[in-house]
Amino acid sequence: MGISKKEVEHVARLARLGLNENEKELMAKQLSTILDYADILKKLDTQNVPPTSHAIPMKNIFREDKTEPCLEVEEILNNAPDQEEHMFRVPKIIE
Amino acid sequence: MFTKTAHELHSLLINRKISSMELTEAVFARIEKVEDKVRAFVTLTKEEAIKQARAADERIKNKDGVTPLTGIPLAIKDNFCTRGILTTCSSKILANHLPAYDATVVHKIKAAGGVILGKTNMDEFAMGSSTENSGLHPTHNPWDLKSVPGGSSGGSAAAVAADEAVLATGSDTGGSIRQPAAFCGVVGMKPTYGRVSRYGLVAFASSLDQIGPITKDVSDNALLLNFLAGHDDKDSTSVDLPVPDYQKSLVDNIKNVRIGFIQELLGKGIDAEIKEIFKSAMKKLEELGAKIIEISMPNYEYAVAAYYLIAPAEASSNLARFDGVKYGHRTREAKDLLTMYNNTRAEGFGNEVKRRIMLGTYALSAGYYDAYYLKALKVRTLIKQDFEKAFGQCDLLISPVTPSVAFKLGEKAADPLAMYLSDIATIPVNLAGLPAISIPCGFSKNLPVGLQIIGKAFAEETILRAAYTFEQNTDWHKRKPPLE
Repeated sequence: MGISKKEVEHVARLARLGLNENEKELMAKQLSTILDYADILKKLDTQNVPPTSHAIPMKNIFREDKTEPCLEVEEILNNAPDQEEHMFRVPKIIE
Repeated sequence: MFTKTAHELHSLLINRKISSMELTEAVFARIEKVEDKVRAFVTLTKEEAIKQARAADERIKNKDGVTPLTGIPLAIKDNFCTRGILTTCSSKILANHLPAYDATVVHKIKAAGGVILGKTNMDEFAMGSSTENSGLHPTHNPWDLKSVPGGSSGGSAAAVAADEAVLATGSDTGGSIRQPAAFCGVVGMKPTYGRVSRYGLVAFASSLDQIGPITKDVSDNALLLNFLAGHDDKDSTSVDLPVPDYQKSLVDNIKNVRIGFIQELLGKGIDAEIKEIFKSAMKKLEELGAKIIEISMPNYEYAVAAYYLIAPAEASSNLARFDGVKYGHRTREAKDLLTMYNNTRAEGFGNEVKRRIMLGTYALSAGYYDAYYLKALKVRTLIKQDFEKAFGQCDLLISPVTPSVAFKLGEKAADPLAMYLSDIATIPVNLAGLPAISIPCGFSKNLPVGLQIIGKAFAEETILRAAYTFEQNTDWHKRKPPLE
């Protein structure tokens, strides 16, 4: 089963990933090849097989709700592309 | 002295035959000499390293908390956060990223007195099998500069093979420690999922990622694993089990250990010379007293397909954090928020990362979730069950690490699926969360060949013992690449 350029555009929108026209064409071709290969999984009957999302059994881990030392705000903000008054600055969202 | 192993250097250091300062300077001189050819590093931290070496020498002089890692120069893969030192994941999107904290593993290495030489090159965000996907530059295989070192921990494996580092750390999501270790003729282990804290490791596929040691021999692998392993409150998937002293597993005896070879990994698609070399290694293990059993794992052939749905799905979610707001690159073209996201990610990510984000987003999207992502998770169960069944009959499993020796730079770059299929032997191990090692077991076309030894969950000791026994009775690990 192939994936069309229109589907590529839809997925790129979901992923917030800008693609140019060439990239869209190439992506449609390459994703189709990979998804065609993934079709071999259809040969397996998995109707009564439970899914495994973690190989080793996991359980939730809780801790006391008490304050512990954390990183300095300034140090964290040093990596921000744009900041102002201890906040990340982004383009205007609300008109 | 830069060619020696950490366990050899440790005794020279504590007997004051050499100082960490001399050793560190010798390793930097070696880097100076061969790095132009190999290009294993993305950042060198000589100034810091010299300070750490001086501190290590003080510690040794005062006999103050000396460990087997004290004064040993080592390299860290560039997806481990290092406080105040560039951590780029070999991606343009993190080109200027200076973490505010150390990964737990880095913290432990520093506390033990290790000397950090710098950060090693990798496939961008650990996505790849050749280190050609690095957004910075490719790395060359020290055995043949026209060939790839493997990936994604290609910089770490090449640095150790070229004697540019005594030890190195790597991370392994589908083979990213074992495959480059095999291609570069060094020893690389992926421990059991949960054995090592992932705190501060930039996440690729969280249910598969695991940190491990890349070293010149099996003894050093045990030595470094001792410092990596252990529970960490900061990683809730790290397992709270006691950590054995892995150096105690270095026993030259595998009498009556039951070793199964995976029949499906000696079939089509595996290079004929690799098969022959693997069979000789198997015979060696038998001569040394192991009981060899044939094992069938019928679902092995489905592992690559399942992995390339699961890993990209997790990656598409993990990499959503690179949005140009909190850290890393932000586009200059950002008139509104959506354009800012789209352009930042378009400019910052390389082709393979984009491909996997797209593949993962598709597999998780409405209408395709059941057919692709959920189906892959069910197949993951079948693969896990294959291993459980196999380990009912044997203590360890063996296979070749790779279907071929290191390929040429550029050879598979245009064909993503061909690149993906080169991970056929290593991927199933990550899906099942098991530990496995790659050790040198021969040469084909003057390039190293790796033997994979897989164990039950948390059976790193059994793996190390078998690997050590094989190594003590062979000389493959002693060969050095012709770099001069």
